[in-house]
Amino acid sequence: MNEMWTFGLTLTIVGMGGTLLSLWVLSLLISALKKLFPLESEHQPKGH
Amino acid sequence: MLWQSVLSGLESLLGGVTQLTLAHLLMILIGCLLLYLGIGRGIEPLLFVPIGFGTILVNIPLAAVMEEGGFLRTLYNMGIITELFPILIFIGIGAMTDFSPLLENPKILLLGAAGQFGIFLTLLLALLLGYSQLESLSIGIIGACDGPTAIYVTSNYAPHLLGSVSVAAYSYMSLVPIIQPPIMRFLTTERERKIAMHGVKKSVSNRTRILFPILVTLFTALVAPMGIPLMGALMLGNLMKVSGCVDRLANTSANEIANIVTLLLGLTIGATMEAGQFLNVRTLGIFALGFIAITLDTAMGVLFGKLMCFFTGGKINPLIGAAGISAFPMSARVVQNEGFKYNKKSHLLMHAMGANTGGQIGSVMAAAIMLSVVKGMGLH
Repeated sequence: MNEMWTFGLTLTIVGMGGTLLSLWVLSLLISALKKLFPLESEHQPKGH
Repeated sequence: MLWQSVLSGLESLLGGVTQLTLAHLLMILIGCLLLYLGIGRGIEPLLFVPIGFGTILVNIPLAAVMEEGGFLRTLYNMGIITELFPILIFIGIGAMTDFSPLLENPKILLLGAAGQFGIFLTLLLALLLGYSQLESLSIGIIGACDGPTAIYVTSNYAPHLLGSVSVAAYSYMSLVPIIQPPIMRFLTTERERKIAMHGVKKSVSNRTRILFPILVTLFTALVAPMGIPLMGALMLGNLMKVSGCVDRLANTSANEIANIVTLLLGLTIGATMEAGQFLNVRTLGIFALGFIAITLDTAMGVLFGKLMCFFTGGKINPLIGAAGISAFPMSARVVQNEGFKYNKKSHLLMHAMGANTGGQIGSVMAAAIMLSVVKGMGLH
């Protein structure tokens, strides 16, 4: 029984925390990507 | 002698009738109910029609469609045991999904994480009700509100529950417009529901769109490598869509491949619904827990939305948190309709779409983490 709850609580804590943390890091990476490759840079005419 | 031979011949012809039990009959009726829901009510017809028909086929005595060599057993071995069908479906989903609203406002991705919390809380409830560890994981994953993810995880951990978990997942996804609004209203104040969010302005470059699926795949490979088949397939589909140079492949993935695999997947899910496996109290428990999972997902998404509303000084309408559950694009439409009831100037749809696609990534990430942790614990 104890083993069952250890499993459940481990998965709940790691699962919820891990999902939230992963997506937070991913959101930061997307923001960084947007800064690195802004929309304006694609609109500049060639030769400038 | 001849008379006896004719009699035994006739007996074998009537075998289908004489061996039909009440349980078979009940399952055939369930198959017909699924067909009615799909055809008559338009509820997830692409899945409920093949699932319903597969249920009928597998419960016909002596048809032997699920015995070794039977055509449904062959499909099952080929696509479910190998996990190929859900993965192929994911390529199609990726090729259909536009992640732009999410890329415009990446913070909204957090709502996609909160919308998965119901998975883990339901897992605890399932353990409490006496389901085994791997069964509880498969029941919890109904909360991913994402059919292929639920099928992938269940076929890995508890293939005997595949029929009930899949039918529960798709049924509740189609009931999102009924399940979500009361929870959204209960957890938010009228003032919060009236918060106007203005239109999303275009700020994402093509390079970002193209690099996004590659980045997500590499990130998943680092964090939860066991989830790479799912996330990799989803992102491959999306990369083909946004790259603009393989339109034929993207269109084939989103249409022909997705349609063919949906048909085969539906049939094989139906084929797992044999009377002996499906008709028991545990199936009712799975349906009840599936409902709880989606309710908890919605509640956690909205509560997280309230938290974001607080920290952004009231710039985020907490209703969009409900779209973090995945169930794309149904829950985003529910959020838009609900917000519009309270403020005609509020444009929640694109923000909700962002949370919704975030929920798709969130559900796959939650499954990936689950798979990796279980592997790490040596349970599977």
